[in-house]
Amino acid sequence: MTSSTHWTTVCKQTDLVLDSGICALVNEIQVALFCLPSQDAVFAIANTDPFSQANVLSRGLVGSLGEDLVVASPVYKQHFCLRSGRCFEDESQSISSWPARIENGNVEILI
Amino acid sequence: MSKTKLVVAGNGMVGHQFLQSIADSGQLEQFEITVFCEETRLAYDRVHLSAYFSGSSAEDLAMGDAEMYRNWGLNVLTGEKVSAIDRDNKSVTTDKGTELAYDKLVLATGSFPFVPPVPGHDRQQCLVYRTIDDLDAIAAVAEKSKVGVVVGGGLLGLEAAKALTDLGLETHVVEFAPRLMAVQLDDGGGAMLRHKIEELGVKVHTEKNTQLIDDGENHFHKMNFADGEVLETDLILFSAGIRPRDELARQCDLETGERGGIVINNQCQTSDPDIYAIGECALWNKQIFGLVAPGNQMAKVAVTHLIEGSGSFTGADMSTKLKLMGVDVASIGDAHGRTPGSRNYTFIDEQTEVYKKLVVSEDNKLLLGAILVGDAEEYGTLLQYMLNGIHLPEFPDSLILPNRGDDQQTGLGVAALPETAQVCSCHDVTKGDVRAAIDGGCCTIGDVKGATKAATGCGGCAALVTDLVNHELEELGIEVNRDICEHFPHTRQDLYNLIRVEGIRSFSELLAKHGQGHGCEICRPAVGNILASCWNDYILTESNVSLQDTNDTFMANMQKDGTYSIVPRVPGGEITPDKLIALGQVAKKYNLYTKITGGQRVDLFGARLEQLPPIWQELIDSGFETGHAYGKSLRTVKSCVGSTWCRFGVDDSAGLAIELEDRYKGLRAPHKIKFAVSGCTRECAEAQSKDIGVIATENGWNLYVCGNGGMKPRHGDLFATDLDKDTLIRYIDCILMFYIKTADRLQRTSVWMDNLEGGLDYLQQVIINDSLSLNDELAEQMKQVIESYQCEWKTTLQSPEALKRFRHFVNSETSDDNIVFVEERQQIRPARLDEKAELIAQPIKMVS
Repeated sequence: MTSSTHWTTVCKQTDLVLDSGICALVNEIQVALFCLPSQDAVFAIANTDPFSQANVLSRGLVGSLGEDLVVASPVYKQHFCLRSGRCFEDESQSISSWPARIENGNVEILI
Repeated sequence: MSKTKLVVAGNGMVGHQFLQSIADSGQLEQFEITVFCEETRLAYDRVHLSAYFSGSSAEDLAMGDAEMYRNWGLNVLTGEKVSAIDRDNKSVTTDKGTELAYDKLVLATGSFPFVPPVPGHDRQQCLVYRTIDDLDAIAAVAEKSKVGVVVGGGLLGLEAAKALTDLGLETHVVEFAPRLMAVQLDDGGGAMLRHKIEELGVKVHTEKNTQLIDDGENHFHKMNFADGEVLETDLILFSAGIRPRDELARQCDLETGERGGIVINNQCQTSDPDIYAIGECALWNKQIFGLVAPGNQMAKVAVTHLIEGSGSFTGADMSTKLKLMGVDVASIGDAHGRTPGSRNYTFIDEQTEVYKKLVVSEDNKLLLGAILVGDAEEYGTLLQYMLNGIHLPEFPDSLILPNRGDDQQTGLGVAALPETAQVCSCHDVTKGDVRAAIDGGCCTIGDVKGATKAATGCGGCAALVTDLVNHELEELGIEVNRDICEHFPHTRQDLYNLIRVEGIRSFSELLAKHGQGHGCEICRPAVGNILASCWNDYILTESNVSLQDTNDTFMANMQKDGTYSIVPRVPGGEITPDKLIALGQVAKKYNLYTKITGGQRVDLFGARLEQLPPIWQELIDSGFETGHAYGKSLRTVKSCVGSTWCRFGVDDSAGLAIELEDRYKGLRAPHKIKFAVSGCTRECAEAQSKDIGVIATENGWNLYVCGNGGMKPRHGDLFATDLDKDTLIRYIDCILMFYIKTADRLQRTSVWMDNLEGGLDYLQQVIINDSLSLNDELAEQMKQVIESYQCEWKTTLQSPEALKRFRHFVNSETSDDNIVFVEERQQIRPARLDEKAELIAQPIKMVS
């Protein structure tokens, strides 16, 4: 993380879909945002599925794999960690992730 | 090395098995094979011949297949038979004058029906029952007949009698012996069988010796018996046993038996070692084997001997179990107690009409034979006792006495069976074979059936094979964990029942009560699917939306580049020109790639996420509904045009298809479901490859179930015949709901049925006989689903909250710049990566 990163407002909290994902465009980067009410938390990872090169991870199903919170790619079903972007099936295909939070009804990510 | 010239005379069931065995051995290359088939049809299933009159077609019965034979590199000549063998020059001549040299010759010429030389036996309308041509002749005569007589009350004779009753004739069976099935049954068993068959309307005449057949007064024939009685009839069917077709052997001086049959040794070689004989034409140890299983064994022995020089035929067990006109009959081993010192146990229940007899050794330790009439459930167990010499329990009669629920285990534990015990006689599968399949990774009864073919023939061994598989898995310490995933310690079926019984309507409620964690891409869609099957709520309600796969979420099918394809419903494949134009206009306006599907619909590809709602608004305005191509649900009901237009159609298949599609549209199930309806037996709609297939007959509709195309194609099984429409729909309602209730996640109907203990028979019991008293409930559940149908797209377009997700970026109106199309054959297709690099001036920023 470089010193130039800062919290950027992406969308409203009401834009989020519970237990599911949406996609936002931040500095020309496609970011997938997931909202898990049971964790009272928002997560941000890259939207591009490295296996299909399609920008679709926000449309995957969220869930848990053991202790880890994950999203499954809707294309070929690989799992990515919502916190770290780690790919469980092939670590070399892990993706970016960004800290995310809700402030004053807005969703912000540190990017 | 030059190829061995192999000539095969005969293409019946055993001749076919011989060719199949060579193909299975992978040694087709070794041979140059020529097959002569006297009939114009290639090999077909003679055992189930009577099914020809209860709905099966010649194609259903077919075993040999011209294309398959061609792929095997065989030269097959139909309608041509070997008429002479020149052993000195090792060549054969045919009835068409073909002359052909052989290195090895196989005689699989079968048998012919014996017709007693009674005066008048060669009159018109006196027929035999062996080939499909015979059946066609019988059907033709039956059309102008009222009464039919079968001469011969043996196994085949009773099969023939069933055929005549199916043709609607008043049917008589005339038997020379004092009882029916004299070879297999004793007096008690024969009497019980007679009683049951007479109840079904067949008149049985035993101890009747026909002396003359001449003109009748009221019917075509009059049969005159030795005791002075007469019987008038229009049709006579001789089924008085078989005689081996050994004329070729006689002509070239091969050794034959006194009463016919080509003598063979343990390797199935005749007296000329270059000539083999197999099946009903062969005489082994002074015996002719008139059953298909021993014939198949001979075929396999002959192949092994040809290729490896080893293998031997050591006789065959003639035990049989069959259903005659719906009556279970079985005969095992020494059924008549001919072994010196043998003793019997007999159980007769005149109330439910069951007869059972055990023949045991003098010391009461071994089972020698058995007869079962009316209830043959113990057949598998008893056969294993007999074949493997397993010691009987202290009180052998417990094996046939009814179990009155006192927890007494009478069945034979599978652990007691030796490795060599044959558990499936149709496909000669041993306990060892089943074990090997499990060692090879099979974990379910379905896997084992697929790998070994066990329990896929007559199905009589299904219960035994299931026990064996479960036992072996347990032995190996494999606990078959059928939990759906780590979040629920339950199977799909458990979850279904919990949701139904407890009236659970959301994933969070189910998870809180019965699960743990957050769910995953396995359990979320599965639960979403079950909730839809049970309650049929809108799939994108706030609590349902996080359960749906992307296809269900956006009600379209995601393609490799993240775009979607759209398939509106076109019930039965019938579409008006206006609607077709509307589809074309939408496709043109949004520049969608357009393709006709296999299910008689139109698929529109390349729609971006944000384009789906406006496209659907236009489609709905044009009268379309969603097609559920994205769901685990009813897809299409394919049809032909049927009797409305077709010269051959016998009923309105398109009309029925539309009715069925409208009835079941939106029904969600463990996997996708496809239907088809054909208007006649030409079967243009390919209904037999569908989960539910319906074919019109002169008398109603035939229902086929559990077929599928795809990775492992499977023909549907004939479930019921000549149904009226109400019964048909009731059966389909119950079958589908029973499938939804009991199948595993993502289990197609074919695998589901294979895994039901008892398979098709069991399913028929449940649905047709309502053996679980479940049908009213199933039908009511289906009614609820049908009544709560909604077009999901219509609902979605009226819901601003649901539409919120139909945009690529939550914070920008721009589109995903990674979606790029190029043109091919006048339509769009997704650009490949190399094409994209060239097409996009500004390199796309992709962060992974």
